[in-house]
Amino acid sequence: MADALNARELRQDEWREKLAMFGLSLPALVLVFAIIVVPVGWLFWLSLFNDEGVLSLSNYTRMFDSKSYTRIFITTFKVSILTTVFCVLISYPFSYFLSQLPKRWAAIGLFTVLLPFWTSLLVRTYAWLVVLQRKGLVNEWGIELGLWDQPLKLAHNLNGTLVGMVHIMLPFMVLPLYASMRAINADYVKAASNLGANPTRAFWLVFFPLSLPGLLAGMVVVFVLCLGFFVTPAVLGGGKVIMVSMKIETLIDLFFNFGTASALGVVLMILTLAVLFLAHRLLRLDKILGERGA
Amino acid sequence: MIKALPIHIQQVVKTYGRIHALDHVDLEIKSGEFLTLLGPSGSGKTTLLMVLAGFTRPDSGSVRFGDREVIRTPPHKRDVGMVFQNYALFPHMTVAGNIGFPLRLRGVQKDDIHQRVEHALSTVQLDGLGDRRIDQLSGGQKQRVALARAIVFEPRILLMDEPLSALDKKLRDHMQIELRRLHEKLGITTVYVTHDQREALTMSDRVAVINHGRLIQCDSPRTIYDYPASPFVANFIGESTLIPVKRSNGNVVLDGQVLKVSGAVPDGRCSLMLRPERLTILPDRRNPDYNVFPGVVEEVVFQGESFVAYAVLESGTHVSMRGISQRETVASLPSRGKAVLLGLHWEETVLIPEANEDAPG
Repeated sequence: MADALNARELRQDEWREKLAMFGLSLPALVLVFAIIVVPVGWLFWLSLFNDEGVLSLSNYTRMFDSKSYTRIFITTFKVSILTTVFCVLISYPFSYFLSQLPKRWAAIGLFTVLLPFWTSLLVRTYAWLVVLQRKGLVNEWGIELGLWDQPLKLAHNLNGTLVGMVHIMLPFMVLPLYASMRAINADYVKAASNLGANPTRAFWLVFFPLSLPGLLAGMVVVFVLCLGFFVTPAVLGGGKVIMVSMKIETLIDLFFNFGTASALGVVLMILTLAVLFLAHRLLRLDKILGERGA
Repeated sequence: MIKALPIHIQQVVKTYGRIHALDHVDLEIKSGEFLTLLGPSGSGKTTLLMVLAGFTRPDSGSVRFGDREVIRTPPHKRDVGMVFQNYALFPHMTVAGNIGFPLRLRGVQKDDIHQRVEHALSTVQLDGLGDRRIDQLSGGQKQRVALARAIVFEPRILLMDEPLSALDKKLRDHMQIELRRLHEKLGITTVYVTHDQREALTMSDRVAVINHGRLIQCDSPRTIYDYPASPFVANFIGESTLIPVKRSNGNVVLDGQVLKVSGAVPDGRCSLMLRPERLTILPDRRNPDYNVFPGVVEEVVFQGESFVAYAVLESGTHVSMRGISQRETVASLPSRGKAVLLGLHWEETVLIPEANEDAPG
């Protein structure tokens, strides 16, 4: 049976277009494969060999047997959770304030948040060390002004780590929060007050739920970034705050133990994915809750 | 039936920099009345509505709902229903959640809320849609939900800010009638803002025309249309051509012709208002009830339900005349370039004072 008018040619054109699209995305695909899929797979492969180079799960079992590893994971999550919480506490009011400003003023505010973003991470971290250490700015001024007698322990511990990490993570929280708050039509809050909600209730019943997507997005980004953070806890923690990334560094640098290091990396990755998955479920749950009319 | 309240607006002033958004507005809105604030964009009509809702703080003046002075009352304590231009339905709540919101804030019992929400839904003919998400609704349905939410807590005053402007024409026409019917059923004092003069005329008990922050005329739709108080009102509501007239010996004269006029002749300079649909084509000058304006037809345009003939009078004034598309009228239409006698019945011959109130203050 003969084809319909030009049907074969039109089909060929469509194929040609699809092929061209695939060709265009091929370099990116190759790159992703080469720098993400291959190394991760290789790490996973390495983690399956014990110190004698025999195939075994000992790298993983050790993690669950040894208390020190458990402690490292607990520290990692503690630091990440605390950093996220402080970021929320600082960013939410700040973003809210910015979102109520005229756009031009808000842009200036955002600029001040982003400014540190463009300086080196290492420089910022050492700057905090200068500010927070035993004979740092804060302690010198505090003692000078008679606010306290003995230098406070602000650096080389959890405090210092948190200050540095919160500062570095702030933009990741402020940006999505600000964006989602800007998107909230001012009429919603007006409508709430017209219907009888005082400012507090209008905020909690209308503004806050509508800002949740931005808040959750910011929390996920900050939390996940914290999980794998290295420089800041290493410098400001003074060896007292050991996170997974730091343990990996020691294992490789000091003991040349790729197997255990890889296993740690794999577990951290799985935990991160689990968090992302949970967050995803939570976000959807939030939507479902919203549908119920709350 | 809700017990409605009158609204007394006195000397309300609101300035933005050097612009008078509201310039000493006085307005008495009767209990249970449907009053429309009509004006072009930027005229101050929305500002006045926002003052009533409590979202805009005026510089001075007084607003009373019944006996209660509310000028300093925050919006959440005013107890007025409001339908926003884009509905402002909360996207994170269902239809029932939205409508129940004002009841929840007032501490109404759960079962009671449910019942009243159902009742409100049936009032706006949306029975059974309570569980829908807002983004699952059509424009017309959103409109109804917004209305239900504004009346469910039985406010004594209802404010509406161009509520139909987002709907297509057919639906808008339908909703106009429905809103009007609902108003009759509830008897609630309603203040409605629109820039659509036809909508204002269709729905209102009275229309308040606002321009440059000033109240220019507040009257029934018929009075506003038939006897506009100023050239602005004449031009803004309906179509009209204004032709300046002269005075001589107490008579009003146009192109040497003494006009037979309805109503009182205003003092000072004034103009004759020619509305296209009020003009007719006369066969001769014999009928004494008509003022006759001879002219020449320039163009005849067919517009479906009506046609428009453009003509130029002997004085050089361009006027238009509208007739319905009906066999007889169409048959009597002169063709382009032909002389024609345009007639205006003396009862519809209205003079408009050339007031200076239209000038920006």
